[in-house]
Amino acid sequence: MTGTAAAPAPSEVQRGRLAYRRRQTVKSVLVAAGSTVALGLILTVAITGAPGFDRVRESFFDPKVAAETLPDILVGLWLNIRLLVCCTIGALILGLLIAVLRTLRGPVFFPFRALAIGYTYSFRGAPLIIVLYVLTLGVPGLRLAGTPSVVVLGGIALVITYGAYMAEVFRAGIESVHPSQRAAARSLGLSYRQSMRFVVLPQAVRRVTPPLLNDVVSMQKDVGLISLAGPIDAIRAAQIGVAEHYNFTPYIVAGALFVLMAIPLIAVTDWVTLRSARRQSADGAA
Amino acid sequence: MSTDEPAGRGPAAPADGTVLSCAGVRKRFGSTEVLAGFDLAVAEHEVVVLIGASGSGKSTLLRCVNLLEEVDDGTIHLDGEHITDPRINPDRVRQRIGLVFQSYNLFPHLSVLDNVTLAPRRVHRIVRAAAEERAMTWLSRVGLADKAKEYPDRLSGGQQQRVAIVRALVNSPRLLLLDEVTSALDPELVGEVLTMVRDLKSDGMTMLLATHEMGFAKQVADRVCFLSEGRILEQGTPAEVLGDPQQPRTRQFLQRIIESGRL
Repeated sequence: MTGTAAAPAPSEVQRGRLAYRRRQTVKSVLVAAGSTVALGLILTVAITGAPGFDRVRESFFDPKVAAETLPDILVGLWLNIRLLVCCTIGALILGLLIAVLRTLRGPVFFPFRALAIGYTYSFRGAPLIIVLYVLTLGVPGLRLAGTPSVVVLGGIALVITYGAYMAEVFRAGIESVHPSQRAAARSLGLSYRQSMRFVVLPQAVRRVTPPLLNDVVSMQKDVGLISLAGPIDAIRAAQIGVAEHYNFTPYIVAGALFVLMAIPLIAVTDWVTLRSARRQSADGAA
Repeated sequence: MSTDEPAGRGPAAPADGTVLSCAGVRKRFGSTEVLAGFDLAVAEHEVVVLIGASGSGKSTLLRCVNLLEEVDDGTIHLDGEHITDPRINPDRVRQRIGLVFQSYNLFPHLSVLDNVTLAPRRVHRIVRAAAEERAMTWLSRVGLADKAKEYPDRLSGGQQQRVAIVRALVNSPRLLLLDEVTSALDPELVGEVLTMVRDLKSDGMTMLLATHEMGFAKQVADRVCFLSEGRILEQGTPAEVLGDPQQPRTRQFLQRIIESGRL
């Protein structure tokens, strides 16, 4: 669309069109700038002019408190990051396993199938907070030898909750692979398992990568819920800061850090989604 | 045709050189009986072409032979082995039969070379280097060696179908089933696939084809079978069946084909 440089000199009509489009572009940039400034002004006036604004600014945006609590919150955030990485891997593996179990046929696999279906039904419905409480408060209460730490139990709660969602995403991907692909694989003599592993799953996983990444983004903020069970993560550290300083600024700090942490993940998700959409439309055109 | 060679492999090949024999095969989908007691024997090196209207059971028969569909009654033997026996391992049977589909069904996530070597490596346990060498021999034979690293979506329909045929051939099948392999192709691409099938015939490959392409039937068939209502209504050499059909229904079918300009 922009490659008019080396081509023969544009005709009168084309030059007219280009000039018109340039004028339109300039006009829309100016309009966009104008409306942005106007909206910004209105919001600023509305918020800073609010009767309680000074009070809110003091208790939510105190730079001194922010600076004092930041190191502790960062230490807590490191726990969130480690937890996120481990839980993502765990939930992906569990989800894939459950999805494959659900596709197995044959009477031998009936209990596995039933178990997988029961699992996806219950854990997509169960609130994460309840699962978290049951595992982090209930399980240690059994006083069994070798009970893992609360962080590990909280991680398990995240994995089994998100694993249920991811299992359904994987299953949708497996079912989206056309049956003729499986027929082609089987006709070559590949067994059910080999067709799944070499033909169906590679295509399914590629297709569901964008929605899976979206689940990871969603999990990245839910990792903070582990603070309810006691471990000192970013949110727990913020809570302690709030209690010490009698000021809510630490919450804003922790919130901002979570958003910062999510930005690269969201950017990757958008990029992967765009790329796969482009590839699919290219397939359609071919 | 020559039937004097001993069978290459497969257990207990019958002395008469019959590769495939179907007897009384029945298959119904819901209330429609697609195959109604189908009988057919294919000798070694023989090329049998099935013609008939859509829904006459051509594709269903091929899928039954490859055990992708279960027969409702009757028996199918491959090299004398009863393959519709429920105790048989279908994967082992399919390893001896090649099937090529109308819509190619190449694996889009694998390169041409990986498409072709998947079964040799995973099913026949041939090491990668040997499998690739063998695949490249076949690909260069059909003029596709330079496409080995490409992905299927970069190939034309005719190229994809030739890759699909090579993918079936590298496993050295006893029998090659071709299901409407030119139906999805633009007319100018039919020729390249046709040439390839003709070459296979001169190699002595035993083939069973379903097609709407009468030119195909004329050029490669040793025997043409006209299917109607799940049975062979008429069969003989291409000259007999296509040139001088005896049954009114065969005549009617060929008339329609001529009108649509495919003969």
